[in-house]
Amino acid sequence: MSFRIFEYNGSAIVAMVGKNCFAIASDRRLGVQLQTIGTDFQKIFKIHDKLYVGLAGLATDAQTLHQRLVFRHKLYQLREERDMKPETFASLVSAILYEKRFGPYFTQPVIAGLGEDDQPFICTMDSIGAKELAKDFVVAGTASESLYGACESMYKPDMEPEELFETISQALQASVDRDCLSGWGGHVLLVTPTEVRESTLKGRMD
Amino acid sequence: MAQSAIEVPPKGGFNFDLCVRNDMLTKKGVQLPSYRKTGTTIVGLVYKDGVVLGADTRATEGPIVCDKNCEKIHYMAPNIYCCGAGTAADTEAVTDMVSSQLNLHRYATGRQSRVVTALTLLKTHLFSYQGHVSAALVLGGVDVTGPHLHTIYPHGSTDSLPYATMGSGSLAAMAMFESQYREGMTREEGIHLVSEAIRSGIFNDLGSGSNVDVCVITKDKTEYLRNHMLPNPRTYVSTRGFSFAKGQTEVLSTKIKQLRERVVEVAVEGADAMEE
Repeated sequence: MSFRIFEYNGSAIVAMVGKNCFAIASDRRLGVQLQTIGTDFQKIFKIHDKLYVGLAGLATDAQTLHQRLVFRHKLYQLREERDMKPETFASLVSAILYEKRFGPYFTQPVIAGLGEDDQPFICTMDSIGAKELAKDFVVAGTASESLYGACESMYKPDMEPEELFETISQALQASVDRDCLSGWGGHVLLVTPTEVRESTLKGRMD
Repeated sequence: MAQSAIEVPPKGGFNFDLCVRNDMLTKKGVQLPSYRKTGTTIVGLVYKDGVVLGADTRATEGPIVCDKNCEKIHYMAPNIYCCGAGTAADTEAVTDMVSSQLNLHRYATGRQSRVVTALTLLKTHLFSYQGHVSAALVLGGVDVTGPHLHTIYPHGSTDSLPYATMGSGSLAAMAMFESQYREGMTREEGIHLVSEAIRSGIFNDLGSGSNVDVCVITKDKTEYLRNHMLPNPRTYVSTRGFSFAKGQTEVLSTKIKQLRERVVEVAVEGADAMEE
């Protein structure tokens, strides 16, 4: 039993910024090393209508962390009577992860949301909460190396929602096809100030 | 007090709950993930009227460049800034923590923060964690006692120097300082030498790269020159990128949710309230 912990379940998550909108996408596989357990596994979670978090890495930790994040957001809603801003939420996730600096959750979050005035915000972290804010795209998971390459060449600034959807979908598909541990279709959320479009993609099933 | 049934938000400090599990996994041969590091060249020097700090902007995770333009010069106080090298989460957390302590101290005393205060807070924290919080810092600032420049090592030892370098590119940067630094430099000479030292790190050290950030602190002004130099612009991308035809991706199902405008209740003064 010698493997990297992120490679136990396998995952691919990517978020991209467009013009007054953003998209966040993930693959759908849940595996135990090379054996596939599920093909409709949820890796992107809703915090509120305009804020989503994708959790790559060890699935058990991803789900535990998600429950804690939902809990903390509910406490915030009760106290403040409003939804969290994406920047605030990113700091919260970072603090929760850094608290476990010496015994971390094996998960790498991707946070994407629309902030005040519907300005898109995307951000990723390592498993101990080192924030990386980006203006263009962020990636996470076992397919992250191929995602970096695909996004680096396919991404353009200020894309309209339709084009953003095609770009993120193509980047995801191209990347997971070069990663054994992720794939089995995709899950894409396209968020604009007025609507959320949730799509499942058809992909290779091998 | 009886233990609460639900887990309430913590009050601070590290949590070691998962250490046993993670240790068990390591013993079984599982490799733990690598953390985001700033492979880094960070420098600082004292010149005639103050301090100049400099940093590159590359963040790495193993051999992968994960951020091409990150910020390594952290705010501590209006007159104090701090460059960080090492594990990104540690440098970020430790500077944020001390920065907030300094802020509270300013509220309590009503005086400008001193560089030695920041230095002591940082080194006591790092020393108490015996080098496990891996932050290597260059701390610079100007206070009532004049300009100061310090380096702080992850184990908590410190130096006070006229010019300093840290991180994996420290040797490349120090070469520039050793050959060109002299006392009583002007602002322009200081910024130039710091930029050259960082460029030396960017081009000769693989852990450092991208752009040059500079911060100039004087007695009554602090200038943060973000991306002071951009020696590595992107040249290989086509201006139009890829374009995909609409509907090229095969979609199995789509669910659209319309977002309603959030209704804001405004308390109207007068009429209704008066009737009750």
